Amino acid sequence: MGGLEIFIDGTIRAVEIILSGNPEIFQITLLSLRVSLTATLLGALFGIPVGYLVAIRNFPGKSLCIAVINTLMGIPPVVVGLVVYLMLSSDGPLGFLRILYTPSAMVIAQTVLTFPVTCGITISSIISLNPRLKETLVSLSAPRFWEAVILINEIRIGIITSFITAFGAAISEVGAIMMVGGNLLGYTRALTTAIVLYTNKGEFSMAIALGIILLILALFVNLTLTALQMHYRRHKG
Amino acid sequence: MGPSGSGKTTLLRLLDGLEFPDSGEIYVGGKRLTMESAPKIRANVGAVFQSPVMFDASVYDNVAFSLRFRGFPASAIKKNVEEALKIVQLEDEAKRNALTLSGGEAQRVALARVLVYNPELILLDEPTANLDPSNSMIIESVLREARSEGKTVVLVTHNIFQAKRLADKMALLLAGEMIEIGDKKTFFESPSDSRTRRFIDGDLVC
Repeated sequence: MGGLEIFIDGTIRAVEIILSGNPEIFQITLLSLRVSLTATLLGALFGIPVGYLVAIRNFPGKSLCIAVINTLMGIPPVVVGLVVYLMLSSDGPLGFLRILYTPSAMVIAQTVLTFPVTCGITISSIISLNPRLKETLVSLSAPRFWEAVILINEIRIGIITSFITAFGAAISEVGAIMMVGGNLLGYTRALTTAIVLYTNKGEFSMAIALGIILLILALFVNLTLTALQMHYRRHKG
Repeated sequence: MGPSGSGKTTLLRLLDGLEFPDSGEIYVGGKRLTMESAPKIRANVGAVFQSPVMFDASVYDNVAFSLRFRGFPASAIKKNVEEALKIVQLEDEAKRNALTLSGGEAQRVALARVLVYNPELILLDEPTANLDPSNSMIIESVLREARSEGKTVVLVTHNIFQAKRLADKMALLLAGEMIEIGDKKTFFESPSDSRTRRFIDGDLVC
């Protein structure tokens, strides 16, 4: 079969799989979505406050800190996978958790990937705000917490952008979850790791079908986030 | 008053504790203003600077902000915000996003945002510069009202006529130095410094 035929065949199979509701594929898709969404949310949970504090505070080495975070935004997933693997392996410092080759390990690895994305975008969004906004808050005697409420609200469009970017990085990566998840059928097999497996086995149509499901999934999540972003932009006037 | 670059805005920033003097001392309401005392003193000072920054929220939320972190109950916030918006004649714009306001309206919201927490001292930096007469009149009437309530208002203006209309006391700054300070009548009729006379006559160009 030529490349084009494989692609067409894969597309047809993708439609068949989606319509038939194949439980195995459904389970793989659900795991991908669950792991990547959780990692995106956890990355934001740590990334937004850390990014906010780095942007708002002045401390020695601040530029270096921002440069490191920005560099980590492009860290190869396999490197993250390797580090998390070493941490979680039975000899590693977190080996006692005994979560290597579980979905939890996959979530941790992807959170390490999404954290610098949300953190870095939060930093650049806060830094590019009008400096007089911060001064207005000081002049009004706003306590630190309320200052954060206003400033985070001002960068909410940037935060949604960081969600889109972080989720994109998580759902599409294969290196990290392959290493710490192990691609175990029915347990830690995700869409990307399954695509690698089917490709290695020469089952290209199946790999293409899963690739299409992956794209549809990413499109669906991004459509929701983009709609939210447009909503805020409209209300900004 | 004073020409551009004479230090008027810096003086207001010093009074609001946004900057601190290299030498000398500042007292606000009898209390010495330092980096440590600034947050406490500032809570009783309201400042409106040129082209104020609005928060990306409704006009209502902009004005309510200072009351929320001061722990006012919701009913009191509603009452005070509505009152403040009424004073600046923007009660019908409460739900509008503050970023869509015109310059004059934003200036009035900034004033309401300060009036709402009832500060003793109000600092204003050219609040009516570049505003149309109707916006200027509204702001001037609010300032008169604040004065009649016993508040201290420090107003920086380029407009001699506005100063004559509103001021009890006048001061003239030249190149960072306050060369004249006194009641309005003395300031305009018999100033002690010849440069003040030249400034009033429009002959002092800096």
